[in-house]
Amino acid sequence: MSKANAINYKKGKEPHAREYRLVFKNVDRKGWDPGIDCYLQDGGYRELKKALLMDPVDITEDVKKSGLRGRGGAGFPTGVKWGFIPPNNTKPVYLICNADESEPGTFKDRYIIHQDPHQLLEGMIISCFATGANLAYIYIREEFPEGARILEKAIEECHQKGFLGKNILKSKFDLEIFVHRGAGAYICGEETGLIESLEGKRPYPRIKPPYFPAALGLYMCPTIVNNVESLCNVKHIIAMGGDAFAKLGTARNTGTRVLCVSGDVVNPGYFEVEVGHITMGELIHDLCGGLKPGRKLKAVIPGGSSAKVLRAGEKFKIKKGDQEIEIGIEDIPMDFDTLMACGSMAGSGGVIVIDDSRKASWILNNINEFYAHESCGQCTPCREGSLWMKKITDRITRGEASPDDVETLESVAFNIDGKTICAFGEACAWPTESFVAKFREEFLADTSEKYDDAILNPETELAAAHLSSET
Amino acid sequence: MSEANDKVNVQIDGEWHQFPKGTRMIEACRLAGKEIPHYCYHPKLSSPGNCRMCLVEMGMPPRPRPGEDPPKPDKDGHLPIQWIPRPAISCANTIAEGMGIRTDSQLTNECRHGVMEFLLINHPLDCPICDQAGECRLQEFSVEFGTGGSRFREKKVKKPKNVDIGPRIRLDDERCIMCSRCIRFCQEVADDDVLGFTDRGSHTVLGVHPGKELSNNYGLNTVDICPVGALTSNDFRFQMRVWFLKETNSICTSCGRGCNIIAGAREDKLYRLTPRDNNEVNSSWMCDYGRLNFHFLTSEARLTDPMILEHRAHRIARWSEAVGRAAEKLKEFDASKIAIIASGRMTNEELFMARRLGETLGIEKIAIVPRSGEADDYLVSADKNPNTRGARLILGKKVDKQLKEIAAGVKKGTITALIALDENLLKCGFEEDTLKKLDLLISSHILANPTASLSHVVFPSTATVAEKRGTMINRTGRLQRLNQAIDPPGQAMDLWEILRDLAQALGGSNGVYLLEDVFKLMAGTIKEFEGLSLGKIGDQGLPLLKPKESIPLLERERERIEKGIIVG
Amino acid sequence: MNVPKEIEAEIDERITHYPVSKRSAALPVLHSLQEHFGYVTEEAVEWVAAKLDLEPINILELVTFYPGFRQSAPGKYHIRVCRTLSCAMEGSYELMEKLCQEAKIDRSEVSHHHPIAVSEDGKFSIEFAECLASCGTGPVCLVNDDFHEAVEPAKADKLLKQYD
Ligand SMILES: Cc1cc2nc3c(=O)[nH]c(=O)nc-3n(C[C@H](O)[C@H](O)[C@H](O)COP(=O)(O)O)c2cc1C
Ligand code: SF4
Ligand code: SF4
Ligand code: SF4
Ligand code: FES
Repeated sequence: MSKANAINYKKGKEPHAREYRLVFKNVDRKGWDPGIDCYLQDGGYRELKKALLMDPVDITEDVKKSGLRGRGGAGFPTGVKWGFIPPNNTKPVYLICNADESEPGTFKDRYIIHQDPHQLLEGMIISCFATGANLAYIYIREEFPEGARILEKAIEECHQKGFLGKNILKSKFDLEIFVHRGAGAYICGEETGLIESLEGKRPYPRIKPPYFPAALGLYMCPTIVNNVESLCNVKHIIAMGGDAFAKLGTARNTGTRVLCVSGDVVNPGYFEVEVGHITMGELIHDLCGGLKPGRKLKAVIPGGSSAKVLRAGEKFKIKKGDQEIEIGIEDIPMDFDTLMACGSMAGSGGVIVIDDSRKASWILNNINEFYAHESCGQCTPCREGSLWMKKITDRITRGEASPDDVETLESVAFNIDGKTICAFGEACAWPTESFVAKFREEFLADTSEKYDDAILNPETELAAAHLSSET
Repeated sequence: MSEANDKVNVQIDGEWHQFPKGTRMIEACRLAGKEIPHYCYHPKLSSPGNCRMCLVEMGMPPRPRPGEDPPKPDKDGHLPIQWIPRPAISCANTIAEGMGIRTDSQLTNECRHGVMEFLLINHPLDCPICDQAGECRLQEFSVEFGTGGSRFREKKVKKPKNVDIGPRIRLDDERCIMCSRCIRFCQEVADDDVLGFTDRGSHTVLGVHPGKELSNNYGLNTVDICPVGALTSNDFRFQMRVWFLKETNSICTSCGRGCNIIAGAREDKLYRLTPRDNNEVNSSWMCDYGRLNFHFLTSEARLTDPMILEHRAHRIARWSEAVGRAAEKLKEFDASKIAIIASGRMTNEELFMARRLGETLGIEKIAIVPRSGEADDYLVSADKNPNTRGARLILGKKVDKQLKEIAAGVKKGTITALIALDENLLKCGFEEDTLKKLDLLISSHILANPTASLSHVVFPSTATVAEKRGTMINRTGRLQRLNQAIDPPGQAMDLWEILRDLAQALGGSNGVYLLEDVFKLMAGTIKEFEGLSLGKIGDQGLPLLKPKESIPLLERERERIEKGIIVG
Repeated sequence: MNVPKEIEAEIDERITHYPVSKRSAALPVLHSLQEHFGYVTEEAVEWVAAKLDLEPINILELVTFYPGFRQSAPGKYHIRVCRTLSCAMEGSYELMEKLCQEAKIDRSEVSHHHPIAVSEDGKFSIEFAECLASCGTGPVCLVNDDFHEAVEPAKADKLLKQYD
């Protein structure tokens, strides 16, 4: 495996010394282009050739051994997911690359797609071979028009070189990959919503059980949905072997991760690091050049906007070996398990840094507007609750809310959390739950008791009266 | 504690029960006497699990970690239950061995309160002017679980109101709770994919595509299954508050299917027919045609009194006088000159009394008027008589063919007296001129018609729909009961009563006073009815004959049940 | 509605990408039509439905769900400014305001149902988009298919000048 430092990068875009460029090896590389020749000159499709000589079962085993956890948000072990395809399956199997990248704060797949499409295709072809899929789709968000064209061109190039189509490299393995463009809906990132969308229906997520994609996915056939970054990693697992891959990162949190940092830091951007090898503090101060001058850290949303916010000054209890230790926000190693132990999640790898110039209510209101806009509206709690929360935070930011509203806000979030069809419910409830819990004083300070009896909707009282008189 | 493999042990609110494998949690709870509130779930439709009203607390036996001891069963053999903090929908999930369900725990109740509040915040809550009030599932549960939206201080989402989505149905989008039942019905049952959701999130609205309409012959079923007052029937809209309606179980008589119905009436006015579940006949549905085919009951042309033709004009007569006149006249004829035209719309009891009258007088020529039309691929039968099977069983197979012979006989003059029961002879092969040649025409009718005008004695009869009791046999051979929901107008009577009185006037008392007496006689005479009584038939009917006929809609439902898509 | 031959050919080719179900081609077909006509008309909805053997409501359900499909004519250049958190922190609301000022666009009528505002001369139209997945280089926007990063609000006029 060529280490990142052997490669030249564009000026000003050089990886930080603490990065470990695997998936982002070719991002911002000097003289690099998305064409297949460039990729082949760099040893591209070597892993495909290797994989096609392997037993598909062994590839899945290798992916299991690698410990690779999905990079799309849920962090589910990729090999285990592949293993869920029913053993006696007789239906066709499909593979879908989730390139919907829409979790606020996340911007890693964009660079892979635009700059290194063949890495993704190689990873996909290997994954299709391993899972027995002969038809695959890349579901790409509509707002990447250029990305879609690049991928289509790359697919065309693959056909020319015999990496796609019938009898790939004389392996008797057939595969077609098509690019499918979304149309601006975050919910199409949720895998079952994505599948419905790909079926030409409204992207209403399916209930699970019974519709686990690996068993009942696209067209009710076994379907593997994986994130762009996850699929790219498959190529590297083949290259170095599952065991070697598992040595990267930390136990149960293997490999590398592209962390996307945005918000109030001097140098926002993407950083590929070994999972768990750097802490939040190192990420902010070393890799991102610290906070803006004169600013103090207020909070961090560590895994895309749906991850629960972590407040500066908060104390987190985590396990170290057999011991439980208390750490602060900057000491948190950026891995799946620790972030979960801290009450949040690594999610999609989107880290949003918030300094003390920001109002918590303003941040939350912006997030709530996103979720109110993106709720698919299929199930009651999320459909009604997401907009309600947004309306309340809207009033809080305008200074038109009463202290009661803060309580209502919080309980609306609780009434969504865990009660919806898909994980969007949590995604939209967690920001409110965590912001209100951790910045309650600040929220309350923006409210006034004079709004205690404010009824912005006179119909409500009238209706309530009707209801009781009727019954 | 061992049990058959297809039984599963489930603990519901602390008590253990057994249910067949594959039972949905919500159905298991219902069987255990615990109704779980729900909106989107409907046993005859797929389960999208979107309303979230049916969330319950659920648990399973703990799975031991490697090295841990397996959990120990209690003295009855049941394993302990590890309760899951996340609630589960009970509508789409099936039970599993050792599962625990809590339908009344704090978590379950919190979920219900939460969902109710969400459903109410953007709901107009205009119950006082809503047709659904009284049978609205939202109103029902809001009393139990709702908070009346009092914490909601925001402006409600505005949506279209009073939308014309088809010739018979109106939509109020602000009332819609987006359960998608109506959409699923149209897609899955009626194969008419006209309804859909547009926009998204809280702004989602139900509707039809501009220029399209929900006009299929099963559309009104969506009104029934809409759990709120979003879809209303133009026919029923604003007619009557539902809690004033007296409900009577009966069957539709507009075709040979015999869909089971509930007749909703108040003060002798029928307001609506709605389908009643019967998985052997109509599942949970009925066609719009049958549903709305009752307005003739209040027609201006309704006959309300017996009439006698005198001096070329009809005059109202007392009942006994009309019966007396008819009997007296009939006696003047040789039985071979008399024929009876009965109707496939008559009940078995009425047909049986027609047969008895024939026997009393020695009449051999007795026919019914066949009525055939288009069948559809759902419920509607090509046989537009609701009781052809009963007529053939009671009057004999020849009844279909004899109509032509009788018509010819009347024309030739070999038949000179005719008894026509609830049939307009001018519509079934008789001509006015030949009828005029008859020496005696006695008829019964619901509405005035040209045959009545030509009759010497006319009896006003009751309508099959809602006005009488009795039984019929549908196309698939099921014996079903009709029940009376309203009193008939004026002096109108059931045909079995008219025929009883006539027979009595002709041959003396026959011991028939009640409908039950007729049935008893019938059961003693006709083998198929042996051992039966009205009471034994019950609300779901009984399979009596076994013709080779299937019901397309039910066939497809069975397939969906087998695939686990619907509960059935 | 007149769908040019080459567009229909493109559409027919796209449909072949979905050998299992034609319905899957709904989004690609709508994209083709929107790229050509600028937005999706009622007629287009019916055309797509007929093309894919569906009911028009099946297509209307999609067109109204996805903000990526427009139901009214945009300007010659359609701008989508990222509204979401990281870009908002970098000034995307100011960017929106500046762009409207410069392009003479009145957004006062914008609502959930009408998210797009068009300039008086019809040259530009604008709307907020949710997270465009470039949070590290905010504020960002799309002008038709061109992606622009780190657009300082103060330089909104420069951005528009590129589209003269
Ligand atoms: C609301 C929501 C949005 C999501 N958006 C994305 C997304 O944009 N990209 C993505 O890869 N996964 C997204 N996911 C996660 C996917 O559902 C799925 O878990 C993932 O694509 C699986 O791939 P992985 O195992 O490789 O991570 C989203 C999940 C939810 C609940
Ligand atoms: S949780 Fe929200 S996004 Fe998910 S299905 Fe329900 S309404 Fe749609
Ligand atoms: S109209 Fe009624 S049945 Fe249809 S989705 Fe709305 S609430 Fe459900
Ligand atoms: S199918 Fe026949 S019996 Fe059923 S409702 Fe329609 S007309 Fe009546
Ligand atoms: S009944 Fe609606 S989710 Fe179960």
